[in-house]
Amino acid sequence: MSLAETFQLAVKNILGSKMRTFLTMLGIIIGVCAVIVIVGLGNGMRGYIEESFADMGTDTLTVMIVGRGSSRSVSEEEMYQLVADNADTLKQISPTVTMSGSVKIGSDTHSTASITGVSEDYFSMKGYTVAQGRGLQYTDVADRKKVCVVGQYLNMAYFGGNAVGQTLKIGGTTFTVVGVLEMQDTELEEGGSDDCVYVPYSTASRLSYSGTLSNYTLTVQDTDRISEAKALVEEKLYAIFSDDDAYTVASMAEMVEEMNNMVNMIIYILAGIAAISLVVGGIGIMNIMLVSVTERTREIGIRKALGAKESAIMRQFVIEAATTSSLGGVLGIGLGYALSAAATSVVASVMPDTPITVSPTLLAVAVAFCVSTGIGIIFGYLPAKKAALLNPIDALRYD
Amino acid sequence: MSALIEFRDVCKTYQMGDTLIRAADHISLQVQEGEFVAIVGQSGSGKSTCMNIIGCLDVPTSGTYLLGGQDVGKMNKNQLAEVRNKMLGFIFQQYNLLPKLTLLENVEVPLMYAGMPKAERRERAKLALELVGLGDKLRHKPSQLSGGQQQRVSIARALAGEPAVILADEPTGALDSHTGREVLTMLQQLHAAGNTVVLITHDNSIAVQAQRIIRLEDGRVIYDGDAHDPQAVVTPGAAGLGMGREAGA
Repeated sequence: MSLAETFQLAVKNILGSKMRTFLTMLGIIIGVCAVIVIVGLGNGMRGYIEESFADMGTDTLTVMIVGRGSSRSVSEEEMYQLVADNADTLKQISPTVTMSGSVKIGSDTHSTASITGVSEDYFSMKGYTVAQGRGLQYTDVADRKKVCVVGQYLNMAYFGGNAVGQTLKIGGTTFTVVGVLEMQDTELEEGGSDDCVYVPYSTASRLSYSGTLSNYTLTVQDTDRISEAKALVEEKLYAIFSDDDAYTVASMAEMVEEMNNMVNMIIYILAGIAAISLVVGGIGIMNIMLVSVTERTREIGIRKALGAKESAIMRQFVIEAATTSSLGGVLGIGLGYALSAAATSVVASVMPDTPITVSPTLLAVAVAFCVSTGIGIIFGYLPAKKAALLNPIDALRYD
Repeated sequence: MSALIEFRDVCKTYQMGDTLIRAADHISLQVQEGEFVAIVGQSGSGKSTCMNIIGCLDVPTSGTYLLGGQDVGKMNKNQLAEVRNKMLGFIFQQYNLLPKLTLLENVEVPLMYAGMPKAERRERAKLALELVGLGDKLRHKPSQLSGGQQQRVSIARALAGEPAVILADEPTGALDSHTGREVLTMLQQLHAAGNTVVLITHDNSIAVQAQRIIRLEDGRVIYDGDAHDPQAVVTPGAAGLGMGREAGA
């Protein structure tokens, strides 16, 4: 009896009792579906995180100097020197000064814009291009000029697209707009990446009364060697402070990775919990197969009398169990896809700002299918063994 | 030429609680190829044990059973299954057809376990069903048939594999006398066509349809000879001569 025929027979038997088969499969269906949706959700979250961090630059290191009391600090020049001394690893540096407060344009007050003090290199480090006017220049920084470059949102919303040459006020100080950046997001929105003002860091530092510069953004020569670059900067800073609490060096790539690891861990735990239902489903299959063997004792007796070997009976029941559970797996995958699509649209309507696409991975689907089939084989084994070992004489006499 | 079926001092004992039951007590017999033999006996005479051993469903506790010269007692379960499949055709009292399969598929079952390719199997099963007069009901389920028809299907199933021995266990037990006679006639035709038929029954009137009778009592052979000898149907000390049909198997 060939495998294909055994399989056909299994399908026939399964179709013979649809309700029972469906209930038997339910555990597997739910388990597989849950695993697929959870893994898909994790996948979506990971995708979302990567996407939101990608434009922040994965070749970027952020250095924050806390200092050690007042005894020792690092000056701007020292930081520049550090980059210059390690030019084969580090590329560019820009101090960053984050200013709070709102922007006043004419009589309008706009409070969502991010106001950052940066160096003349900052735009090229970040890959920003200037759409109108010019970017910041060395002399702007050196002379603490009151000039600024605005994002496309401010340009369109407040200056009617002609911001260059006009003025805005930050904390009472008037700045002349010298340039407008190219649009970065796909659409202009309040609080988005295009809602920003960049001023020379020297000017920003003076206005915000922060004596020393404490935040720097660095770019590296090779994105793949960002960990090395990070270690290098840390080493240099440690040499200055002899205290690793005095500074923080963060790489965006590492942060993304760390967050991904966290998401992954949560996903693995949730998927593990969902997988328990697969085991429960497997036990359900075993239970029903044992009942089935008892019910079909006479059939087994007849088949044995007609020449079925133990292996043939065994195979018949194992394949029947495996077919049941893999069918459950297929239905679970289908349901998982449907629920993933539903979850995606629910997330989209509940949290329009965080568009997470619940996308089941092919790997998860393949694993779910194999695991459900495997469960059928494992939990079908015991009942099949019981069937195979039946004594044909007793089995024939069984009513 | 050696006998097709040969029992040499075959014993079969069962332990039932504290008592040891001797279901077969030093039985020796031979059946030649082409014979039509009835094994007769009351309930508990050991005929079922005999039938199980002949049918390779069971092995003797001691003694030797040779089927076609092969020592069945020395075989493992797989070899026994193979011998059942290739050498024996079973006809049961309760027909024992598989209810979910069509007649054609039922007849195909032993051929399938023999590993015969599907097309050939189909053809053989069809021929066998035509032979028993059910060629027009190939796709029917057993439940759509009368008892007599179902028994004919089981005869077709027994025949399809062209076994060395056709083993019929109370083949008429569940049938009315008219259809019972039809089945017996069919067995006689099979015998006439050269098949070896072993019929197991408790009913003398059926046993006499065979060529030769082996009568068992308490696990021993008490008569072995021509079915038409008056001695063949005498049951010494038993509760009745049993010329009619008796209830129960």
